Formats: sequence, C-alpha cells, structure tokens
Amino acid sequence: MFNGIERRVASLWFPRLASDRVLRRRPFSGPFVLTLKQKNANRIYCLNHAASKQGLHQGMPYSDARAFCSDLQSRCAEPEKDRTFLHLLRRWATRYCPWVGLDGRDGLVMDITGSTHLFGGEEAMLADMRMRLMRAGLSVRIGMADTRGAAWALAHYNEGIAPPGQTLSALAALPVTSLRIEEQMSVALQRLGLRRVEDLAETARGPLNRRFGPALLQRLDQALGAQPEEISPQIEPPHYGVRMTLPEPIGLLSDTMAGVERLLVKLGAKLNAHEQGARELCLTLRRVDQGQQQVELRLARPLRDPSRILPLFERGLAEIDVGFGVDMLRLEATQVESLPSRQLSHVADQGHDKLDDLISRLGTRIGLENIQRFLPADSHIPERSFYMAPTAYSEPANGWATLRPRPICLFPPEPIAGHGRHPPKRFRWRRNALTTGRATGPERITPEWWLEDENWRSGIRDYWRVETTQGRRLWLFYTPQNPGWFVQGEFA
Amino acid sequence: MLLREGRGISQVNPNGFADFLDPARLTLCNSHDQAETLALAEEALRSGAVSLVVMQINRPLSLTAGRRLQLAARDGNSIGLAIIPEGMGSNAAETRWRCTPTFDPNTQVHDSTLQHWELIKNKSGTLGAWYVQWDRASRRVIMVSPPRK
Repeated sequence: MFNGIERRVASLWFPRLASDRVLRRRPFSGPFVLTLKQKNANRIYCLNHAASKQGLHQGMPYSDARAFCSDLQSRCAEPEKDRTFLHLLRRWATRYCPWVGLDGRDGLVMDITGSTHLFGGEEAMLADMRMRLMRAGLSVRIGMADTRGAAWALAHYNEGIAPPGQTLSALAALPVTSLRIEEQMSVALQRLGLRRVEDLAETARGPLNRRFGPALLQRLDQALGAQPEEISPQIEPPHYGVRMTLPEPIGLLSDTMAGVERLLVKLGAKLNAHEQGARELCLTLRRVDQGQQQVELRLARPLRDPSRILPLFERGLAEIDVGFGVDMLRLEATQVESLPSRQLSHVADQGHDKLDDLISRLGTRIGLENIQRFLPADSHIPERSFYMAPTAYSEPANGWATLRPRPICLFPPEPIAGHGRHPPKRFRWRRNALTTGRATGPERITPEWWLEDENWRSGIRDYWRVETTQGRRLWLFYTPQNPGWFVQGEFA
Repeated sequence: MLLREGRGISQVNPNGFADFLDPARLTLCNSHDQAETLALAEEALRSGAVSLVVMQINRPLSLTAGRRLQLAARDGNSIGLAIIPEGMGSNAAETRWRCTPTFDPNTQVHDSTLQHWELIKNKSGTLGAWYVQWDRASRRVIMVSPPRK
C-alpha cells in the first residue's frame, strides 16, 4: 500500500456470535433468541438462523417475538461472556497471522500481509477459516481486501475477496452504509441520491466535505486506501504457567518435590519479570494412566520466592496418589497480585515472613478463611465493637480505644432471675449460686436505631459490673423498658 | 495465636484484653475438632513464628498427643498453653495451673482483676500459689504469695 508493500486485511464478522456461543453448549435446532433489557424493554439481543427465518429481528421486543413464534426458546444474554469468547477467538485467529485486533463487539480484523502463502493463497486461507469456524458451530462472514475499511464492508455487505488494487470496483455496488458511517449521515446521503459507494467516490469532494464534515471523506479514503488505518493487536495477558514432561514416570515424594522445585524456579522468574506474586497456585500431576491429580495452594501473602513456596507444597503432595507414576507436572499461578520489588534493609522483619508462612501452612489444613484477626469497629454496642477478618486478606489495624472496662468473653445474653433497677443480691447463673459482692454501674447503652438488630429489641440496657463473692466477675444488664436481668459477659 | 473449635457460642472480646495485649498481635484459628486443633497447635509451635500458642481443649489429652506438642514446642522454642476443663490434664504437661478469679473485699478499686493462681503440677520444681493482679496504671502484674497458715 504505502512504499510499495501491498497490504492485505481480512475482516471476520460473526453475525450470531452470542447465540452461537450459547448453542454450542446446548444445541437446539428450533428458533432461539437471547434477550437483553434495552431501552426499558426486554429485547432480542441475538438470534439464530431459524429465528430469523420466522421473521424475528434484532432489537425486537421479546413479547412481540413470542407472539410471532410460539415455539421460541430464549435465554438471557451475557455480553460479558460474549466479549470473553471474542477474545478467545482472537487468540485462535493468531494461527493465521500475528496481527489480530478486535472489531466492535462481534468482529475480528487481521493483517494477513505476507502470511497467506503459508495456507496456499487467499482463497485457501479463507476456506480454511470458514471450515474451522463452521466446525466450531459459528456462522461467520469474511471479507478480504487491501484496507481495513474495504474488508469490513465486504464482510458485512458482500462477502468475498477484493483482488489487490481493485478495491473501488469491489466496493462500487455496495451501499454507503458499508463505509462505517453514522446512521444519520447515511440517511442524509441517500436523500441526496448518493446510494452507493461508487456514487460517493465520483462526487466532488469539496461540497461533500462542507455538507458532512471530514468524517465521511475520511471513511471513504480509509476504505479506498488513500488514508492509512491501523489495526491494533491486543496484548497477550501474561500466562503464569509452566510445565515439565518427563521421559520416565516418577513416584517418590522427593522426586516430585524436586520437579516442583524446578517448576517453581521457572515460574518465579516469570513472576519476577512482571513484578507479580502468586496468591493461588495449582499443581497438576498427570499420571501414566492419564489420570490427573491436582494440588491447590493458597498463600497468605503474594509470594514468588521458590524456596518459601516449596515447603508449603509438601503436605498436599504427600496426600496425592501417584499410582504408577507421574510423567507430567504443570504448575500454574491461578491468581496473582502485584508484588513490587522492595529494597532490602537490615530492619526487615523476619518474624512477619515466618508468620505468613505459618498461616499459609495452617490454611492448607483448615482454609484461609478460618484464620482470622480482630479489627476494630466504631460502635458502642459490645458485640459490634470489633469484627473478624481473614488474616490473609486484611491488614492489622490499630485504634483500640477502650474507654470503659469490657468483659474478655462475650456470650449471647442469658436471663437470670431478678427485678428492680439494682443488681440482685443473690442469683443463679449456669447452675451456680452467686452472691453479689460489689456492683459498679450502671452504664447505659442505647441500641443503634439505624441498624435492625433482633437482640436489641428490648430497648436500652443498663450495664453493671458485678463482682461476686465467689470470685467470678460478670457483666450484667438490666432492660428498663422491658424489665429483666441478663448476663452477657465475664471479665478476667 | 489462639486456637479454638469453631462451635463455641462465647466470643473473645478484643476490647476486654486490649489493655494487656494489642489485639493486632492475636491470630485466631477456628478448627473443626480437637484433633485438628492439636495438629494446628503442633505446627504453630514447631514453626516458632508465634511466641505463645493457646488452645482450647474439651477432651482429655492423650499422653502421645501431649508429648508431641511438647517436642514441637521445644523445636520451635515457643510456649504452648492448653485451656482445659478441671481434671483433664495430660501427664505430659510441664506445669499445670489452676486459675480462679477471687473476690477482693478490701480494695476500693472497682476494676479489680485479682486472681488466685495455683501451680498444681510442676515437673521441675515445687508447687506454689500466688495472688495475681494486673496493675492498670503501671501496666504490670503484681504477684503476692498467700499468707502461710
């Protein structure tokens, strides 16, 4: 195109991408639509060929569609999954050329310059794409041309190949909408009698520019190759997986550990290059009899140091049944977090690392959620003055302000016999007869009206510290609005 | 580090002990049963990453389990403390204490923490008893031997 190199672009359009994706999973030959709530109504988002034949179309309200077609099947559309699927297709398309970009929400654009001969020419490449995609259950329309705009126009309006240098003749008969212009602009052009690309190309440029602005001519030039247009390939997200195949199966724990160590070194280098740390690791062992065993490891902190991760695998590997031996190891960091390099210092706290390792190790046994720490919360209600958070996913917080003595042990309120505003002289609690030696109080705590709490229905509480002559120090409360005495805690 | 079985209804209230110990330094593990508690305790003791491991135990500790914990604690150079119900101590234990809160009729301080600590087993020394009290102002423990009869 420019400086003598002839550029070739292929554009792939998947008109039924979303419904094809769903139907690949659960095939159904009748009319099928995906619906999505758009413009205040449940509308058809994508539909299959059978549904189009029945006269349904995209954007039609779903209730109308059901009236047209009684045996219509539908599911909710999931645009997010469609996008992921399109990214997978993009990755697949790199088998044809390295330069593949996304085009809208249902298309791909590939720069196939210089790679067509590998597939035996353009026709053969196109046939190969079509065959593979059809086998995968996707309907596709492919256009090939010198420019991205022309390839797009061909894919959407007249599937085929525009031979090199004959872009204009290939596009001539196509409607002006094939130039990727706005709806409004194309309607205005049609009103002027400019219905086809050919008409537009022959019209004087000056008046067009004045009437429609530079956007229209830019699109035209891009389609005809007078202006360049880039294709931006997507960056491959880094893949944190390494594997090792062995010529002979191994079975001993020490051998497997040695294998894992080699993998960890490789993975660690990869993580180091991206300044990431692994949070979850998954080790897959393939046995000789094709069985698979998995060891999952969740870490208390993001880590990439092989010597620290390796001992944590020991427990999981010891439980694995290797059968006749393992001949492939695959280690993948399924979840990574950023772990920037840090300056080494002489005050580095070794104790913290040791505690994190311990938590990871205990976490493999009882789950990381069961290892918790206390965090302060801003509330006067004793049960809500703190909360528990998994140690691995929280940072320690300060701000423990205890204005008044609080019991060391809290339990759900247990009723005791007693009446009056002052603590009973004698009472029974948990089958113990207790005598009040000294009572301190009351400390009034009112419920938080902004939070609904079943336990605080009885209204305000007057808390008393009661020291019994038997020794135990209890936290009692009286509910004046709903008279009754309760024990809620015990002091040290 | 505090190890306990998850089923108990009573909660540890960090505001209650914030005076003695910074709650940020405490890690809590909820286990499913006693065997798991002991396994966790052994691992934690052996690692030496925590200085004190407290476990709550409801059933008597076997001699083997007690000895294993003890070896682990020696390897990790840390202290293991089991809170046991009365009369369920393990023979392997190094020391055993009975702590009872005591009513203190003399003082006028309203947040008394007087306790009677009794050393009821000691493998490498004599038994004893003390009255122990936390002094809030000076942030230290006051220990007084009871008067001899």
